[in-house]
Order: sequence, then C-alpha cells, then structure tokens
Amino acid sequence: MLRRALQLGWSRGLFIRRLGTRRGGSSLDWDGNISEIKKKIQSFLPGGTWNPLYDTSHLPPEQSDVVIVGGGVLGLSVAYWLKKLEKIQGGIRVLVVERDHTYSQASTGLSVGGIRQQFSLPENIQLSLFSVSFLRNINEHLAVVDAPPLDLQFNPSGYLFLASEKGAAIMESNVKVQRQEGAKVCLMSPEQLRNKFPWINTEGVALASYGLEDEGWFDPWCLLQGLRRKVQSMGVLFCQGEVTRFTSSSDRMKTASEKEVILKRIHEVHVKMDNSLEYQPVECAIVINAAGAWSGQIAELAGIGKGLPGTLQGTKLPVEPRKRYVYLWHCPQGPGLEAPLVIDSSGAYFRREGLGNNYLGGRSPTEEEEPDPGNLEVDHDFFQDKVWPPLAQRVPAFETLKVRRAWAGYYDYNTFDQNGVVGPHPLVVNMYFATGFSGHGLQQAPGVGRAVAEMVLEGHFQTINLNPFLFSRFYLGEKIQEQNII
Amino acid sequence: MAAPRTVGDRSSWNLQNRSLLAASAFRTSLGDQASKGPRLQAQFLLSSLPNKSLRLVVPIWNRSTRGIRGLGGAVAPEGNQKKRTLLQFLSDHFYDVMALREFLLRMQMLKVHQKNRAFPHIEEKHGPYIAGAFFILKQGGAVKFRDKEWVRPNERGHFSLEFLQFQAVPVEAVDASGCNINYEGLNSLLALKELRSLSLRCCPHLDDWCLSRLHSLANSLEELSLAGCPRISERGLACLHHLQNLRRLDISDLPAVSNPGLTQILVEEMLPNCEVVGTNWAEGLKLGPEEQPQDTASPVPA
Ligand SMILES: Cc1cc2nc3c(=O)[nH]c(=O)nc-3n(C[C@H](O)[C@H](O)[C@H](O)COP(=O)(O)OP(=O)(O)OC[C@H]3O[C@@H](n4cnc5c(N)ncnc54)[C@H](O)[C@@H]3O)c2cc1C
Repeated sequence: MLRRALQLGWSRGLFIRRLGTRRGGSSLDWDGNISEIKKKIQSFLPGGTWNPLYDTSHLPPEQSDVVIVGGGVLGLSVAYWLKKLEKIQGGIRVLVVERDHTYSQASTGLSVGGIRQQFSLPENIQLSLFSVSFLRNINEHLAVVDAPPLDLQFNPSGYLFLASEKGAAIMESNVKVQRQEGAKVCLMSPEQLRNKFPWINTEGVALASYGLEDEGWFDPWCLLQGLRRKVQSMGVLFCQGEVTRFTSSSDRMKTASEKEVILKRIHEVHVKMDNSLEYQPVECAIVINAAGAWSGQIAELAGIGKGLPGTLQGTKLPVEPRKRYVYLWHCPQGPGLEAPLVIDSSGAYFRREGLGNNYLGGRSPTEEEEPDPGNLEVDHDFFQDKVWPPLAQRVPAFETLKVRRAWAGYYDYNTFDQNGVVGPHPLVVNMYFATGFSGHGLQQAPGVGRAVAEMVLEGHFQTINLNPFLFSRFYLGEKIQEQNII
Repeated sequence: MAAPRTVGDRSSWNLQNRSLLAASAFRTSLGDQASKGPRLQAQFLLSSLPNKSLRLVVPIWNRSTRGIRGLGGAVAPEGNQKKRTLLQFLSDHFYDVMALREFLLRMQMLKVHQKNRAFPHIEEKHGPYIAGAFFILKQGGAVKFRDKEWVRPNERGHFSLEFLQFQAVPVEAVDASGCNINYEGLNSLLALKELRSLSLRCCPHLDDWCLSRLHSLANSLEELSLAGCPRISERGLACLHHLQNLRRLDISDLPAVSNPGLTQILVEEMLPNCEVVGTNWAEGLKLGPEEQPQDTASPVPA
C-alpha cells in the first residue's frame, strides 16, 4: 500500500516537472501538442465534450464507494436501500456491475414469482411480511417523477400447503409461529378442503394450511425493472461487465485470546467489459456479493474458502447453482379462478396462470436426481416421471393435460441449510453477502436489501434481526433449518 | 467581437442538439449526470418540460444555425443573454426543481394516507361500529344502521352526530361510492362484522390487495358492488371465492379487467349462488353499426 502511494506520488512529480520544464514550446512537447489538437477538434465539432481520442464512457468509473456484483433483484434492492437510507443525498456512490443486461440466465426473471408467509423460521416470515408491505406500496416506494406506475400483477390467491399424517404436527407448529408473527394463515381439515376446493382429492391429506392474505404470485420482471428505474433515478451507476478479479491486502491481527487471524480488505474490483479484453479496476470501499447462483464463485475470487478445511479461512460460501424446471400446461377441466398455489405433500406444486385454464408448476428433485447445472436445458421426462404423477393423483382433472412450454432456471442454492446469507464476511471485512436464498430470494429481496444496507451504513441490523443469517454459522456449524423449502 | 459570439452561439446549438437526445441519454446514463456538469442537466430539464420549453429553444436554434453559417450579423446579444440567464437559472437549480417535483409527488401520496387514518379515540369511546361509520361519513360515504335510516353527509361534508347513540346497533349497509378508501382505510370497514351490503363503486384507490382482505366479512356480506373501480382486475376478483354468502355482485365497468366476458363467466362458476352483474354481452349485439368495431375490440386485451 505504502509502496503504491509512493509510486503514485513519484510519477506525478515527474509529470509535473516535465510539464514545467518544457513549457517553452519545444517540438517534443507531446502532451501540449495533443491537448492543443484536442482543443481544436473540439472547437470544430459540435459535440461539446465529445472526445474521440480517449472515449472511456463505456467504462465504469474508477472509484465508487460501493460496488454491487450482480444486478438481479437482490443486488438492485441493496442499491435501492443504500440510496434510500444514506444520510446525505448523494453521499454514497453506488455502482452495480451486471454481466448480462438481458438477464437471460438470472434467476429473477425465470422464477415463478411466488410470495408467502408460510415459513417455519420467524426471520423468513418477517422478511416476507416486510416485502409484502413493500410490494403493496410499490408505486410509492419506487415512484419516479414522470414515469408511469408499475403494474405488479399481484395475484392474491394464497398458498395452500398439504400435509400428510406424518407432517401434520410440524405444520401445526409452523402455523402457530406464522400467526404469532402476524401472518393470516388458517388450518383446514380434509373435509373443509373438499368443500372449498372440490377439485382436490384429499386422499392422504391429514391437514392443510392456507394463506388468506398477502400470499400469491406477481410479475418478477416488473419488480426488477421498477427497481432498476428507481435506482437509476437515484443516481446509482450501472455497468455491463463481469467481475473477474479482486485486489486486496491482508493484515495479520491477534484476537483477544492471542490467536492470529488474517484480515483481508478488497481495494479494487476488476470489471471485464462485455465482449472485449478491456477491463477497468474500480477502487471501492465495500463490495456486495449479490451474484445469485454464481455468488460462490465471487466469494472464491475474494479468497473465501482458500485455507485449511475446518478453519474460518477454509470455510467456503456454500452457494451453488441448482437447476429447477418449470412446466406450463393446459388442462381444460382444471381448477377454476379460486385455485391457490398448491403445494402437495410430495413437494410438487402448481398454480393457475392467467384465465385460459393454463397452469404452471414443478418439483424440486431429490439430492440424487439433481440435474447437471451446466446448461439450462429442460428434461421433459422429469415431468412425466416425477411431477405429473403426484399432481394427477392430487387433482384428478390433471390426468388429461398438455404441456405447452417449459423452462429451467438456477436456484441460488445454499447446500448448508437452504437459507439466505446476509451481512459481512468475518475475514474479508468489506465483502457483504445478499445471496443463497434457495428459491425464496425474490420475495425476500426488499427486506434483505434493507437489512444489508443497514449493516453497511449502521453496522447492525435494525428493522429485522438477521443475525442467524450471518456467514459465521457455516464455520460454527449452526444450521438454521427451514422446513418449508420448495 | 465576432469570435466570442460564435462560441456562445455554438454552445446554444449544442444545447438544442443535445436536448433532443437528452431524454434518451438521460434514461440510459442517468448516473453520469453528476459528472457531466450543469449543462447537460439544463438540457434534460428542457426536454422533460412540456411544450413551453420547446418554444424557448426554437429561437435559439434558428439564430445559432445562422450564426454558424456566418449569417448571424444582426443578432441582438441581449435577447440571447436573457435566454442564457434563464437556462443558467434552470441549470443552477436543476436539483432544486427535481427535488420540488419529487416532494409534490410525495405529498400527493401522503394525502391519501392521511385521509385513510382510523379514529382510534372514537373506537375506544364508542366501539368499532360507530368508529367505522364515522370513518365512512368523513370520507363522504353513507351508512345504514340496522332498522334505522341511511345517514349521509350533506354537500359540504357535514353530518349529524345522532348516530353516536347507536352503539349496540350494528352497521348493516355502507355506501362508499367514490370514496378515497385504500388498503389502510379498509381496517375501519372490516371491523363492521355484520355488514350485509357494501358498495365500493368507483373508488380510485381500491385495488386487488384490498379485495384479498374482504374474506373477514365472509359470514355476513350478501351484496357487493365494485363497479367502476379503475384498479381492480380479475386477479383480485379471484379472491372473492371466500364470500360464499354473497347473493349479488356487481363487477361491471372495470377497465383493468382484461377479458370482462370470460372473467364474468369464471366468477359465476366460482360463486354459484351469486347473481353476478357484469358487462352485458347481449346488449353489445344490438348496437348500431358505427359502434360495432369498438365492441369487437373490447374482448381482446390491450
Ligand atoms: C424456477 C425458479 C422458481 C423460483 N420461484 C421463486 C418463487 O416463487 N418465489 C421466490 O421468492 N423466489 C423464487 N425463486 C428464487 C429467486 O428467483 C431467486 O432467489 C432470486 O431471483 C435471486 O435473486 P438474485 O438477484 O440473487 O439472483 P439473479 O437474479 O440470478 O441475479 C444475479 C445476477 O448476477 C450476475 N452475475 C453473476 N456473476 C457475475 C459476475 N461475475 N459479474 C457480474 N455479474 C454477475 C448474473 O448475470 C445475474 O444477473 C425461483 C427460482 C427459480 C430458478
């Protein structure tokens, strides 16, 4: 660090001296000549500040206070709350680095868009309740002067979880927690279920829980674009490029118990420009890892997990891409307008899509069946073998259906406990996480964004206490198990 | 004398040139604003303001093109000066104007929230029925207590407070047509547990989120009118399946519903015991020839 500063000073000194000595108009005064030519070109061309010699407008700025890696819904939400909660307007410079502005592989656009409060962990329920109130008032939070209001297309149809005899007791205790946190969830017996939704075959169902309010599905693309629009109007910079490298320094420190630890600090983020070899180092104070399914790789770039196994240095960020299929089918005799998002006790789920008797759904494969996440191709046999049979058993109308479309997307899957990772890394002190939500990241994005922004700006969580979601749990081995993972 | 003016003119030419592009440039690189200095900011303002600013720019354009071609000998420098000062003023106060507009937008939203605040002191003193009735009357709606006459505010928004004695009498019907009720405001309404008839015609702030809360009136509600609410779509109507006691539902004239005919059929299927009033299809067939194209266009979502 010192060496670099010295180098910088030294070269600058030289430069000034050279300018000073050569101001006589010598023929070797390149800098002077070039700036003269530049001035001339500029006075001829009507473009004002346009500079054809050094056009760097496509590069990100050389400095930024915060660099957010990944411009998906979580990254943008962090950007939004950083700008919203900053003490002085324009006080923080935020740069969002996103490698693909079409979001062709990002989970956000490929998700099913569901939101629910039926979790087992109080933190997840609180996050979801916070997000619901954000989404409900989305046109106030994300209002931009002169822009049309957002149409979130929220379907408040609720989630219906079905439990077999084995799962009934767990469901009952989960619903108790959910009600305590303020979610409007009710329990239903098979008899009530049959009355309310006659198209369900209640065989093997012992208990059902049904969300009455604030649950359903919405258009994730609308939330993403709304956030983008708002964040841009707040002065956040965007850059299309890939984060390929971090330069960091390390300090040897001693803990109170005389144990040596190495603290790392990232100084520069190298952003490789799209379709070129050009890259730009961006000096920054804080890096936010919101790269979704790829955040494990980003953590590795920062040296996280490179150490002896079992130590804090050697603890990896356990987030990896897992491929999940979504199928859309047509079934003329299928459930009507009242159909909620149904989650069968087998783990298969479906919901209505629009008014034309179309439905979409899927199922998470078991650990052994996990498909290769190398590409996003759809395995149609998976529907035939694993998704259709349980659904047709649950809803007999689905025995005749026609698959219309299918796609696959990546879960940002946390292999440790399927819950999010939020907050700073204990050793790489200026990298913050907002990732690992394994299939419920979209609905929790508004709350998580706020939590991370609070952590960055205040040093602790204020609105929702997300201490259980800190990185250190991977080292300590403290799993926080969420029972309702779909 | 000539040289400095040319420079000045050119910069205003740039101004015009850029202001045409500014709208798109601003959208794509809004963040760059701060670094590009005040000039671009003024340009953005020009492009974002309606016609008025265009009129302001056009003379500059004419003059400066002439200036560039060396024909602008007779340009009055003072006029130019005036325009420059206005532009200067706007560019100096770019962020002030933006902040002001944002503030006005916020105030507009706040007003709706304020109107929808509940009256906890009344609820404490007189119970939920009176508090709910008071809220509706304050909003300009009408209420009917069981076996009593309708209570309505007069044109100036005043209403008699006689109903404060009806504490034990439940509210049976509410007519909140055209009120500014939103999600928060529904709290007061949902406390009226014995409500049988509810009219929410033409409520501009009522949306799908609100409809998902009506399930708490499922035991009592028999009549519901949502006609003319601009924000209600088929997605919200889908939650009305909770209201199994409903006998009459009016969902006519909902502009946000994409397929009114199909939606009506689906709602009828969902609520078999309920008479659903919607857009009348047979009526459309009897229309005159000049109105027919309009009618055939309506079932296709826009
Ligand atoms: C099939 C499916 C269904 C789902 N259903 C739901 C649901 O119903 N409800 C729910 O809440 N959630 C759901 N999810 C989960 C949800 O989509 C994700 O948790 C959420 O979108 C994660 O957001 P993100 O911003 O972290 O990730 P992403 O949207 O994936 O964004 C990460 C971004 O980082 C960029 N990036 C990666 N590496 C780099 C790099 N090196 N440099 C620059 N940029 C980089 C990527 O291009 C990407 O755009 C579902 C997911 C899938 C796949």
